[in-house]
Amino acid sequence: MASKRKRDSPEEKEKRVSPFPDEVLERVLGFVKSHKDRSSVSLVCKDWYSAERWSRTHVFIGNCYSVSPEILVGRFPNIRSVTLKGKPRFSDFNLVPSNWGADIQSWLDVFVSAYPHLEELRLKRMTVTDESLDFLAHSFPNFKALSLVSCDGFSTDGLATIAAYCKNLTELDILENGIEDLGGGWLSCFPENFTSLEILNFANLNSEVSFDSLERLVARCKSLKVLKANKNVTLEQLQRLLSRAPQLMELGTGSFSQDFSFLQYEELKKAFNNCRNLHTLSGLWEATSLYLPALYPACANLTFLNLSYAALQSAELAKLLPNCPLLQRLWVLDTVEDKGLEAVGSSCPLLEELRVFPAEPVVGGGGGVTESGLVAVSRGCHKLHYTLYFCRQMTNAAVATVVQNCPDFTHFRLCIMNPCQPDYLTNESMDEAFGSVVKTCTKLQRLAVSGLLTDLTFEYIGRYAKNLETLSVAFAGSSDRGMQCVLEGCPKLRKLEIRDSPFGNAALLSGLERYESMRSLWMSACNVTMNGCRLLAREMPRLNVEVIKEDESDDTQAEKVYVYRSVAGPRRDAPPFVLTL
Amino acid sequence: MSTPLEHDYIGLSEVSPAMENSEKISSSSSTVSTELEDKNNVLNLKETELRLGLPGSESPERKSGSGLSLLGRGVEDKNSYSLGVLKTFVSGAKRGFSDAIDGSGKWVFSGNAGSEVDMSKGGVLFSPRGGNGGKSLSVLENTTQQPGPTAPVLKEVVPASPKPVQEKKPQISAANDHGMAPAAKAQVVGWPPIRSFRKNTMATSPAKTGDDAEGKSGSGCLYVKVSMDGAPYLRKVDLKIYSNYTELSTALEKMFSCFTIGQCASHGVPGRDGLSESRLMDLIHGSEYVLTYEDKDGDWMLVGDVPWEMFTGSCKRLRIMKGSDAIGLAPRAMEKCKNRN
Repeated sequence: MASKRKRDSPEEKEKRVSPFPDEVLERVLGFVKSHKDRSSVSLVCKDWYSAERWSRTHVFIGNCYSVSPEILVGRFPNIRSVTLKGKPRFSDFNLVPSNWGADIQSWLDVFVSAYPHLEELRLKRMTVTDESLDFLAHSFPNFKALSLVSCDGFSTDGLATIAAYCKNLTELDILENGIEDLGGGWLSCFPENFTSLEILNFANLNSEVSFDSLERLVARCKSLKVLKANKNVTLEQLQRLLSRAPQLMELGTGSFSQDFSFLQYEELKKAFNNCRNLHTLSGLWEATSLYLPALYPACANLTFLNLSYAALQSAELAKLLPNCPLLQRLWVLDTVEDKGLEAVGSSCPLLEELRVFPAEPVVGGGGGVTESGLVAVSRGCHKLHYTLYFCRQMTNAAVATVVQNCPDFTHFRLCIMNPCQPDYLTNESMDEAFGSVVKTCTKLQRLAVSGLLTDLTFEYIGRYAKNLETLSVAFAGSSDRGMQCVLEGCPKLRKLEIRDSPFGNAALLSGLERYESMRSLWMSACNVTMNGCRLLAREMPRLNVEVIKEDESDDTQAEKVYVYRSVAGPRRDAPPFVLTL
Repeated sequence: MSTPLEHDYIGLSEVSPAMENSEKISSSSSTVSTELEDKNNVLNLKETELRLGLPGSESPERKSGSGLSLLGRGVEDKNSYSLGVLKTFVSGAKRGFSDAIDGSGKWVFSGNAGSEVDMSKGGVLFSPRGGNGGKSLSVLENTTQQPGPTAPVLKEVVPASPKPVQEKKPQISAANDHGMAPAAKAQVVGWPPIRSFRKNTMATSPAKTGDDAEGKSGSGCLYVKVSMDGAPYLRKVDLKIYSNYTELSTALEKMFSCFTIGQCASHGVPGRDGLSESRLMDLIHGSEYVLTYEDKDGDWMLVGDVPWEMFTGSCKRLRIMKGSDAIGLAPRAMEKCKNRN
């Protein structure tokens, strides 16, 4: 039930530009889904702005502090689905102190009266308390979909209230959160007559849930399409779940480990054989070569295989992949080594995205993948356009070869795990590597750099990366000039995050004109001072310039700086260690 | 100032991550100091001597052995350890790391970046400044200014240094001396950029090594009885399927959780924000229970003191003792708990 708008007065009707009534326009615009398109639509003229705001049902807010809940509900009266992102991305890596903010409650307080029919809430890096979850469950009778990614502040008790009280829940997606796991009892809180669930992802919760409850839930939710179980679910239990839900499209297996008899193994294989709709597979926490073949029958239509928690060896991967000819996205651990990646190159011609995570995410250490692995993939997978690659050694030549083979990269995130490591063969900096990336990949939207880098890298970026939207920098650059090049040269830059690099006030202030067209800037452990930040704040009143101050020892340095545009003014809920200048 | 070395009952927070990493990095489970290299057996004995002390201490005999984590040149003279709060600059870039990557200074090795135990204790332990992670760190001295290197460290291409993350205990020191350099780099807050959740998960279920490629068939098995005070029956575990103390601890936790649920509720373990940790883990790491084992000589020992390999070689049976019974066996466990809580 959309709120009705007032009819235009006769005078206004005469002056209008569009030849058809508002209702028609709204209807047409209802088909426009993309946020960017909707923004464009709203800028055409007043009528279109008006029609757009009345017809919009989904809003995406990339920085929860860029706008206030009041402003949001004031502009968009008919929202059903809200996506909010909170903390700066580096909070994922513990660079942002807890209690920083981004609490959902202040939004819920406003939504409860403005959007009583709210159906979906998708949050990333927000703080969500059990009280908020409780409030959500009780205040929004139509609530359907809850997705929490990398959030914190809640426990499994909060999930229990969602399960118990959201009668129309279709989606519960809990991913990689800082959750307090008080046990698996929450799953048993879904009422016996509850059948609407379509998406259930609790793969990242550690406590064991009652398998009995889970099995019955799966059995009665006939529309279940996505089930991602946690690692306590054994092979045998998995087989039983699969036999209840052969219609699954996305599956997160449990541990995939157990002492199986031959008969049980055959049952499992049969169960997988019946899953003809599976296009996404993940989990496999403890999969061994012994039981992996059981899932081969289900891999024929797989487009996304997430093995990033399964420590597979190269041989196991090499045997698995030929069964997945349609694979488009692959996430693996670096335990598969270069040899495993060679198998990727030869078995996955349609691959578009490759992410290789480190099994041992430490500086130093050994093993993992090298530059050869990435090169091997690029040779066989010409459609590759997204990579996240953690490695311990890299060369300029290898990167050049990779982008030569795959010039369509849109996301190139290379993480050489030892900070400031040069090309290990030539001992030179890695400037040329990223130079080749930006020169060759003209569609590049997202770049993360690593290794030993001078200002030259940033000169290249500024000169060539004209479509770049997100840049992540760590331990790189030699002077202010580096950052200046980027700010001056990349017109589409929206997010810039920098840590531990020698950029100071001059660099910060060179972007004065840019920051209002960007979502945010993060600089930590750089050379920026409080005075520099104050100057920025003074010159650009529509930016929020925040400094996170964690200890008292040095008052002149701005240890962590977060700058973002906002129409909501300075934060009203900032904790004492966040100074708004 | 010198503060004594502390071991908790299971030694997880200080010794075992070092052990872990040392295992991962080198086959030798002891430290990697040059002078000790040639005295293998002697080395092991030295390794296993019980040392007492609070975190942050420098144990003189162990200066070059396992013991100390020294942070770049500058900190040595200060004789204390940085908790990773490498206080930075007056003029900008951080020094410690640039010093470290000079390659000439001593490297710091602080165990897994965010060693399993510390990471799994929740929250932002990883970053000493990061908010509430400081509970256990607060015991230690963490306001050390980085002495010395305010220096001109910026060589042409060396950027600002990161803050090495320290967990509280001294770890294997400069492995640099003999070609173990890659192993002993300074750990940095939030680097490599992996989400905490993933880091924790990988920490508690470490990657299988090559020998596991054929599945879980080991070269043998080593079943030992595990008893828990108050439990009606014992269990048996195969020590060969674990490769470090953390795995063993997690497995035992799972096995015996049913016996401790009652206590969980009444224990009142303070909730931790941030990352999850089962209540039982808290209990086992807390003061309620102490994990001990009977060795070849029939003595009851505290689990966690010796390198893992040595432990599996000498362990005959395990016993999860009530904290009250463990007085004398694990005096630091109590103290540690008080500090933590």
